[in-house]
Amino acid sequence: MKQRLMLVLNAAIVFAVLVLVWWAIVRVFKVPPYMVPPPMQVAKTAVTRFPELWASLLITTEEAVGGLLASIVIGVLVALIFARSPWIRRTFFPYTILLQTVPIMAIAPLIIMWIGPGLSSVTLIAFIFCLASIIANTTQGLISVDENLVQLFLMHNASQAQILGKLRLPHSLPYLFVGIRISSGIAVIGAITGELFAGSSQVGQGGVGYSILYAMAQLQTAYLFALVMAATALGFTFFFLVMFFEWLLLHNWHESAARQSGS
Amino acid sequence: MTVTVPEVLFRSVSKRFTGGSAPVLEGIDLSIERGEFVSIIGPSGCGKSTLLKLVAGLAPCSSGEIAVNGMTPENAREVVSFVFQDATLLPWRTVEKNVSLALELERSQPPPERRQITQKLLELVGLSHVAKHYPRQLSGGMKMRVSIARALATRPRLLLMDEPFAALDEMTRDRMNEALLRLREEQNWTVLFVTHSVAEAVFLSSKVIVLAPHPGRVAHILDVNLSYPRTEATRESQEFDDLVNRTSRLLREAHRL
Repeated sequence: MKQRLMLVLNAAIVFAVLVLVWWAIVRVFKVPPYMVPPPMQVAKTAVTRFPELWASLLITTEEAVGGLLASIVIGVLVALIFARSPWIRRTFFPYTILLQTVPIMAIAPLIIMWIGPGLSSVTLIAFIFCLASIIANTTQGLISVDENLVQLFLMHNASQAQILGKLRLPHSLPYLFVGIRISSGIAVIGAITGELFAGSSQVGQGGVGYSILYAMAQLQTAYLFALVMAATALGFTFFFLVMFFEWLLLHNWHESAARQSGS
Repeated sequence: MTVTVPEVLFRSVSKRFTGGSAPVLEGIDLSIERGEFVSIIGPSGCGKSTLLKLVAGLAPCSSGEIAVNGMTPENAREVVSFVFQDATLLPWRTVEKNVSLALELERSQPPPERRQITQKLLELVGLSHVAKHYPRQLSGGMKMRVSIARALATRPRLLLMDEPFAALDEMTRDRMNEALLRLREEQNWTVLFVTHSVAEAVFLSSKVIVLAPHPGRVAHILDVNLSYPRTEATRESQEFDDLVNRTSRLLREAHRL
């Protein structure tokens, strides 16, 4: 507990120092506020325009969470099919790598063209961003089960459903969480990227990405800074929420999660 | 008149893996009676583990046949349990949940009975105090005891053990050997036990089968005429030493066959 308190304290000190350096640079080099606003101005803007900021953040959260959850459901289903048949796996696995290598930014305009700007297209873009790492990690988990354990289950006349539910799925849970942890950050990036192309057809309804574009066009640099920081905080929150769930489900039995809890 | 069916019967059994040219096992003829403790020893690659897999019905014979209690290995699974070299516990289950796994899979008992059987078995292997622990919190010897308790949960007639104590240090292994024999006094299963250790084979068994390699075949069958119960004193006796020496000699000869 004391150690954890120290960690939080250290992080807070580093943050304070960074803000101080930022303030000093602006002050010493007389950087105009429309290029880099001083920290206090950013904070003040964040407070006065909080309702707007919060609304944008909520929309982005909705898109990122939607994309992430969808990628978990679809990703696990695809992984189940991949694990079931080596033939299908070998044939289609290269395409999941393609999913990661195709510059998604280049597809975003296409998706917007097909289904129109707004929540659903941005969620879809976040989903595509997230999918590959969920599929790859879960497949790895499902097929890396100890062969002796499978034989043990067969010895006791286990059904295929029992082998899946009581052996393969629990075994692949830590692998799935590695995928979710990676995707949790990517989901926020995906949502904001999507919004840059297709935030909303109506002003005031776009998420953080759309607001960033808007603030840039209006040269509202302080608000832009506040948006960037809010988006970063969102990614952070996502990551830690996933870590928390991982710890909750795995700390009893899995080494990696157990190490986090320091036992 | 009652006809006694042997617990395990091998009739000219051969095993070849698909794609492999040389047979792993060839012309195995064996009869194992109910209540026997039979160890199988032999050099690496003589097909000891394959032999157990065949009896378990986890792989088919290439030719010949195996009968377990008069049934095909697949049909006999209900009365057979397998203990692997590693404890093969499920890390996400507590000790007691690992022990009740087989009962859960076979759905032969309602949950309250399962709990009762599990509790009794944990007492039997001396692990009641760690029932709620997870496998990663246990030592190697304790894990192996959980694995054995799990195998016993379904009340098997036949226990197949594939080098179950190979990964343990010698002291622990000796203690586990004695514990295994004590358990058997109460439940009297037939055991097929694969091991690399001659001393372990002699200490445990009523019969030791020596396999010769390439292809795996029976080289010698040795009766161990030491009376049960066997204890620490058995290990220190002259007879035990003589039997170990004789078996070692046969094993060396088998290597040259």
